[in-house]
Amino acid sequence: MQVPAPFEYARAGNVAEAIGLLERLGSSAKLVAGGHSLLPMMKLRLANFEYLIDINDLHGELGYITVASDQIRIGAMTRHRELLESAPLLAAFPIFRDAEHVIADPVVRNRGTLGGSLCQADPSEDLSAVCTTLDASCVIQGSGGQRVVSMAEFHRGPYETAVGDDELLIEIRLPLRAGGSSAYEKVERRAGDWAVVSCGAALWMDGGTIAEARVGLAAVGPNTTGIPAIGELLRGKAPSDELFREAGALASSSCSPVTDLRGTEEYKRHLAGELTRRTLSTCVARIKQGV
Amino acid sequence: MTAVEDRPAGFVDNDQKPVGYGRMLRKEDPRFIRGMGRYVDDINLPGMLHLAILRSPVAHARIISIDTRAAEAHPKVKAVVTGAILAEKGLAWMPTLSNDVQAVLATDKVRFQGQEVAFVVAEDRYAARDALELIEVEYDILDPVMDVRKALEPGAPLIRDDLEGKKDNHCFDWETGDAAATEAVFAKADVVVSEDIVYPRVHPAPMETCGCVADFERVEGKLTLWTTSQAPHAHRTVYALVSGLPEHKIRVIAPDIGGGFGNKVPIYPGYVCAIVASLVIGKPVKWTEDRSENLVSTGFARDYIMRGEIAATKDGKILAIRTNVLADHGAFNGTAAPIKYPAGFFGVFTGSYDLEAAYCKMTAVYTNKAPGGVAYACSFRITEAVYLVERIVDCLAYQLDMDPAELRLKNFIQPDQFPYTSKTGWVYDSGDYEPAMRLAMDMIGYDELRKEQAEKRAKGELMGIGISFFTEAVGAGPRKDMDILGLGMADGSELRIHPTGKAVLRVSCMSQGQGHETTYAQIVAEEIGIPPADIQVVNGDTDNTPFGLGTYGSRSTPVSGAAAALVARKVRDKAQIIASGMLEVSVADLEWDKGSFHVKGDPSKSVTIQAIAMRAHGAGDLPEGIEGGLEAQICYNPSNLTYPFGAYICVVDVDPGTAQVKVRRFVAVDDCGTRINPMIIEGQVHGGLTDGVGMALMEMISFDEDGNCLSGSLMDYLIPTALEVPEWETGYTVTPSPHHPIGAKGVGESATVGSPPCVVNAVMDALKPFKVRHADMPLTPSRVWEAMQGRTRPPI
Ligand SMILES: Cc1cc2nc3c(=O)[nH]c(=O)nc-3n(C[C@H](O)[C@H](O)[C@H](O)COP(=O)(O)OP(=O)(O)OC[C@H]3O[C@@H](n4cnc5c(N)ncnc54)[C@H](O)[C@@H]3O)c2cc1C
Repeated sequence: MQVPAPFEYARAGNVAEAIGLLERLGSSAKLVAGGHSLLPMMKLRLANFEYLIDINDLHGELGYITVASDQIRIGAMTRHRELLESAPLLAAFPIFRDAEHVIADPVVRNRGTLGGSLCQADPSEDLSAVCTTLDASCVIQGSGGQRVVSMAEFHRGPYETAVGDDELLIEIRLPLRAGGSSAYEKVERRAGDWAVVSCGAALWMDGGTIAEARVGLAAVGPNTTGIPAIGELLRGKAPSDELFREAGALASSSCSPVTDLRGTEEYKRHLAGELTRRTLSTCVARIKQGV
Repeated sequence: MTAVEDRPAGFVDNDQKPVGYGRMLRKEDPRFIRGMGRYVDDINLPGMLHLAILRSPVAHARIISIDTRAAEAHPKVKAVVTGAILAEKGLAWMPTLSNDVQAVLATDKVRFQGQEVAFVVAEDRYAARDALELIEVEYDILDPVMDVRKALEPGAPLIRDDLEGKKDNHCFDWETGDAAATEAVFAKADVVVSEDIVYPRVHPAPMETCGCVADFERVEGKLTLWTTSQAPHAHRTVYALVSGLPEHKIRVIAPDIGGGFGNKVPIYPGYVCAIVASLVIGKPVKWTEDRSENLVSTGFARDYIMRGEIAATKDGKILAIRTNVLADHGAFNGTAAPIKYPAGFFGVFTGSYDLEAAYCKMTAVYTNKAPGGVAYACSFRITEAVYLVERIVDCLAYQLDMDPAELRLKNFIQPDQFPYTSKTGWVYDSGDYEPAMRLAMDMIGYDELRKEQAEKRAKGELMGIGISFFTEAVGAGPRKDMDILGLGMADGSELRIHPTGKAVLRVSCMSQGQGHETTYAQIVAEEIGIPPADIQVVNGDTDNTPFGLGTYGSRSTPVSGAAAALVARKVRDKAQIIASGMLEVSVADLEWDKGSFHVKGDPSKSVTIQAIAMRAHGAGDLPEGIEGGLEAQICYNPSNLTYPFGAYICVVDVDPGTAQVKVRRFVAVDDCGTRINPMIIEGQVHGGLTDGVGMALMEMISFDEDGNCLSGSLMDYLIPTALEVPEWETGYTVTPSPHHPIGAKGVGESATVGSPPCVVNAVMDALKPFKVRHADMPLTPSRVWEAMQGRTRPPI
């Protein structure tokens, strides 16, 4: 049995207390939310630190999905399963249903959180790709107050984020806009595996033409990759297989995958294109069906 | 007999259980289902200490120094032991099952990443693990040999400089068949097809990792070892030979095992370390390996690079098969196989076909990888052999543009040819291949599937139909030419009937989930008519079971199962004599009527086996010369192996855009001779098929150039889940073994052996429009896509 190195354990009762503990313990401390990324690393002794601050009691404060007219706000402690079971969230963004069905397994989804997923900043992380696709912004809180950063600013490289040692990610904001839909596809070697490549797309129509489109790719770069050029290509045009194939080609050439056990660089580039094409088409089909 | 397996409705009710063969629930399941199984890690003894092993972070390096002072200073640490300390006691090296030696703890060099370098014994397992980090080892890094193809190149780094006079990484050469005769047949053949076929290194990955509790009791001078062992008796003898402890002072107990698959056949350094620790400290010591340790250091399987060649006439008569194999044995040759069979039973690579000639040449080499080459449900390398022949036959079908089913049907060994001596000298006991093949084709609707495939191909969809037909050689084996480290591969069995007619059967084989407690009770029930529920089956304790070599290579039913039937017959013979006294007739005047003897021609005059048991133990006279009691013991030495076979057909769909493979259907027709408990057989088949899909599509132990093992967790070493496999469809034919007392053949590994080529053949069939003839396992989406691009040897 794998056993972690020795550490002290503290349990925060609310956000202020968590920040207080972080300020006091600094970089020698680590937060644990669902623990499904952190605990495996601790057991392998890849993550070693002196203090573990458990923030699961913050679920009351930070476990929420609130729908307003212009945005959906999701608390950082909201669990995968709660995302999957939120009818208003899935109605606005079907991409969450697609993605959550292919993230790990029910055991992991019962505990893992949105905040933990984003803060883990794994290049293959699925919810980061979803948030990139949806142009999410992240609310970070420290003792000095809150700041809001975009997804592009939030991720600073593999396993690195904009959250400081004495700060907490508390909320994700997703802008709402009418006339759109979204979708997610993932290629994995086996159920519950991390993505070989996965891709989210969101698209909004204005009559017969595309008003806006966004793509978020996981596992093909140091962080989730949004490809703004795809939006530029698609805006103002009528959707077609040909057009989405072009968008796919853009995705293939704009990402930076590497060869590893999950696949060759060439294959991953191919998938980036293929999944971009598929998810964009699904968005259009969903808009037509009104979902 | 040929039939599709029926699914009887009432079998879940054990009150209707058979007195003998038939479906019944497994007697052992209530304890597993309720979490009441007792595994090695559940054993906790008073005062028990915990052992953890420091492993090499690199694949090849000379050890310059080891500083254990800081670890020794840890307040909870009792001992820190290095190879140098073991060497003083002559225990730094131990024999492997293939007559090589393996380091218990490295003294001179480390030879693979994960090799044992030192161990710590501490009060709890956390402290033991913490103290490992306090040990400082200085290494002089050497170039590793990771590419088996380069292991024999001049100037390759020498791995085994511990072996006197060793100058290269050569491990052994082996050949079988007739090279000249085979060459002559190849020279005259219309068609010759050759293909390089790799069976990658895979791992058994049992859910329960390896471990033990060693308890040396100083007053008695007796060592009790609870251990994860598929072969407790063989292990006891080896410990006696290595440690110098007398064999009667060693008791090996294998409690419930959470999966073996060959992983628990070898003796690992961890066991020896725990024994040494207990001997020295005088307290019980537990060692439990973690998941990564299991994956990186314990017995792997396969790792054969095979060049297959097949010669045929242009109308598809197969004439000869030839193969050249490069075998990667890792740093120490730890293969578990009968000693005269360094390549196991790979010689059955001629498959189920009647050939004119065959030849195999094998070169085995050392590399800087973990040792083992054990099993993983391989029936001693038959997995590799069957993969080779079934793949190369499909390559021939591709070349001839012939239906692979038709090609196989045309070349089968015919029923009247049995017993059939293959061109590599194996004597197939019995077989009737065509009915099994036809049944599988009927069950899956072969002709309709081919039509569907043609329609789909026209639309650009990728659908494949794969076939494999395998023959195994299991039940090792005849002691005249099969032994492991000098121990003959026979198995003992002891049966005692208690006064009230209940019984206990003690066997030398060792269940790892195969359902022995049920199957053996049913075998005895069939012979003496005592219900299975009344028969306790005991295994896994060397003080309480007769000697035998354990469970692997599908040998339990062929060997121990035979022993169980024969010992029951011996008891029945004695019961008959006692019955003759009770009924006052001569022995010859009695007839057996499952469960009782009656007087011939007068069924009303009868005695039950239970009544006989009471008489055997009770008061009153017994017939002249008969001792009291009703029990017997035998040792069964098989006269030949048994040769189970099967026809597997599966259907896959490949996504043309993402190259993902979905196994849509899988029909498995197995012939394992007499069927004892069909439910248990199906369970074995289901498990093996799942294994096979895993190996075909996702499993591989891989390394980088520096020698790092990249598959040290179950996130990296993938094993399939229920979502990757279809609902299995099983069928059967019954061709009894002529020499086995009840006609049974082994079935434990059939499906693992037969399914990988079936799945790979299906994927290759799907990729036919891309003119792909072969691509290597595991067929991950990336590899399938690369094959579609014409690159069948992708870099990963
Ligand atoms: C078997 C398995 C399979 C998986 N498969 C997938 C998959 O296919 N796709 C996928 O996307 N994910 C997968 N995951 C990861 C899973 O989704 C994790 O739950 C998730 O990535 C992390 O969430 P968590 O709440 O468990 O975070 P934790 O493990 O608790 O924390 C992760 C990191 O985030 C930090 N952190 C957590 N919350 C905050 C916060 N509010 N503010 C600042 N820092 C914080 C922690 O300190 C830690 O560094 C898998 C996990 C497992 C165990």
